[in-house]
Amino acid sequence: MSDFLVLRVIAKLLIPFILLFGFYVQMHGDYGPGGGFQAGVIVAAAFVLYAIVFDVKTARRVAPMAALVSLACLGVLLYAGVGVANLIYGGRFLEYGALAHDPAHGNHIGILIIEIGVGIAVAAVMMIIFFSFARRR
Amino acid sequence: MSAGHLPILQVAIPLIAAPLCVLLRRPGLAWAFTTLVSWALFAISILLLIRVLADGTISYHLGGWAPPFGIEYRLDAVNSFVLLVITGIAAVVTPYARQSVAQEIAAPRHNLFYALYLLALTGLLGITATGDAFNIYVFMEISSLASYVLIALGPSRRARAAAFQYLIMGTIGATFLLIGIGLLYMMTGTLNLADLSVRIHEVPDMRPIYAAFAFVTIGVLIKLALFPLHIWLPNAYTYAPTAVSAFLAASATKVGAYVLLRFVFTLFGQEFSFERMPLMEILMPLSLVAILVGSGVAIFQTNLKRLFAYSSIAQIGYLALGISFASTSGLTGAIVHIFNHAMMKGGIFLALGCIMLRTGSVELSALNGLGRRMPFTMAALVIGGLGLVGVPVTSGFVSKWYLVQAALEADLWPVALLILLGSLLALIYVGRVIEAAYFRTPAPEAPAYREAPWQMLLPTWILIAASLYFGVHTEITVGVAERAAATLLGGAS
Repeated sequence: MSDFLVLRVIAKLLIPFILLFGFYVQMHGDYGPGGGFQAGVIVAAAFVLYAIVFDVKTARRVAPMAALVSLACLGVLLYAGVGVANLIYGGRFLEYGALAHDPAHGNHIGILIIEIGVGIAVAAVMMIIFFSFARRR
Repeated sequence: MSAGHLPILQVAIPLIAAPLCVLLRRPGLAWAFTTLVSWALFAISILLLIRVLADGTISYHLGGWAPPFGIEYRLDAVNSFVLLVITGIAAVVTPYARQSVAQEIAAPRHNLFYALYLLALTGLLGITATGDAFNIYVFMEISSLASYVLIALGPSRRARAAAFQYLIMGTIGATFLLIGIGLLYMMTGTLNLADLSVRIHEVPDMRPIYAAFAFVTIGVLIKLALFPLHIWLPNAYTYAPTAVSAFLAASATKVGAYVLLRFVFTLFGQEFSFERMPLMEILMPLSLVAILVGSGVAIFQTNLKRLFAYSSIAQIGYLALGISFASTSGLTGAIVHIFNHAMMKGGIFLALGCIMLRTGSVELSALNGLGRRMPFTMAALVIGGLGLVGVPVTSGFVSKWYLVQAALEADLWPVALLILLGSLLALIYVGRVIEAAYFRTPAPEAPAYREAPWQMLLPTWILIAASLYFGVHTEITVGVAERAAATLLGGAS
C-alpha cells in the first residue's frame, strides 16, 4: 500500500481521532448512545485501519496475540469481578448499589467499570479475529 | 457472602474460571484449576439440593431487581437435581480429562480447551438454574458455541465437519427457541417463567401461543436430539475428544430434557400441552421410533463411540417417552433416567477413553481379547452396557421399571412391549462388545496393551459404581425424582 500517499496521510491523521472517539463513546455510554461494545469496536477499527493501510506485521507488534488474548480475558474478569465485588460488599450479584454508600453513586461506578470491561474484551476479540484472518496467505 | 448466594455462584464461578484458565497457560495448572472448580461446583449443587429439599423453592434476584422485571434464578426439586447431575459428571470427568486430553489435543491448546469446557459447563448450569426464558436462550448459546469448538478440537479432521453439522443444527434449534420465546414475550410482555405460566392463559388470542409452543418444542427437541432431529449427534460424539464425548453425552442432552420438561409442564402447563396441543400423540411415536431405530442402528456400528452415540439416541427416546406419558410414574422414570443414563453413558465413554489411550482406536476390532489385557476397563464397559440393557441391579433397570409401569398405568401395553424390545436390541449391541472383548483372541501382531492408568480408571469406576449403587439403593434418586415429578405436575410452584 506504500503507493497510496493520500490514503496513508489521511489514515495517519484519522487514527488518533478514531481512538479518541472510541474513548468518548466508552465513557459517555451512561449518558447517551454508546457504551463498551461500540467503543471496543471503534478502538479495534483504528488498529484494523492501520494494519490495512500500512502493515499487518507492525500492527501485530503493537498488539501481539498473547497480549490480546490476555486483554480479552481481563475484560471478562473485570465484568464478572464487579459482580463478585457486589457479593462481597453485601449486595446481590451485579447489584451495583452496594459498591458505594449512596446506591445511585454505586450504580454509576458499577456500570462504568462493567462497560470498561466490555470495551476491553470487545476490542481485543475484534483484533484477534482480524489478525487471525490477516495472518493467512 | 452468605449461603444465600449459592444459586448465582453455581453459574458465576465457572464463568469467571474460564478466562482465568486461559491466563494460566500451563496445561497442568489449567487442568488442576478446572478440577478444583468442578469439585467446588459439585459441593455447591449438593448444598443447594439439600436446601431445596428441606425448605422448598429458592429464588435469587440478580442485581437486586425483583421478578418479573429482573432476572430470577429459581431452584426447585427438578432443576437442583439436574444441577447435581451435571456438576457430578463434571467433577468426575475433569480429573479424568488430563491424560485423555494430553493424548488427543496439542499442548498449546490445553488451557483453551479447559476454558471452553468451563464455558460449556457455565452454559449448561445457567440453562438449568435460571427462571427466565430469555436467559435460557442466552445460556443455551453459550453452552452450544463452546461445545461446537470443543467438538472441533477432536483429533481427526472429520471433527471439524461434525462440529459444523452440529453448528448448523444447533443454530436452527436455538433460533426456533428464540422465535418461540419472542412470540411468548409479544403476547404476554414478560420473560419470567413463573410469570409467563400465569399470563399465558389470560391471552385473548391463543394462535401465537400455539405457534410459540411449536417453535419452542421443536427447538428444544433438536438440542435434545430426539429422532428424527438427531442427525448431528452421532458424528459429534464420534469425532469429539473422548473426554468431551463423555461430558456432553452425560450432560448436554440431559439439560435438553430438562428444558423440555420446564417449558411443557411449568410454562405451558400440562393441560395446554397435552389436551389442547397433541404433544403426547407426537412425542410418544417419535420416542418409540428413536428407541427402536437408535438401538437397531447401534447394532451395525463398528466404531464404539458411534455405537454408543446411537445408543444415546435410543436412551433419549426413553427420556422423551417418560415425558410423553405426563403421569407421575412416567415423569419419575424420565427424571430418574436423566440421572441414571448420565452415570452409565458417562462411565461408558470414560471406559472408551481408556481404550483409546492404550490402543489408539475405538474400532470394535481393537477390542479383540482386550478382556484379559485391560480387565478393569472392559468390566466397566460391560457393566455400563448391561445398565443400558436394563438388567436388574443396574440403575438402568430402575428407570425402565418406572417407564413400563407408566405404560401399563396408561393401558398402553404395546408401548411396554416395545420398551422391552428396545432392551433386547440393546442386549445385542452390548453382546457384540462382550463377544469381542472376551471370546475373541487378539490378532497375533497386536502389542500387549497395559491396563489404563488409575487416574483414568478411578473416575470411570466411580460412575459405574454409582450406576450400580443407585440401581440397588433407589431411595435417593427415585425419592428426589418423585418430588420433582410432583412439582412439575402440580403446575408452577
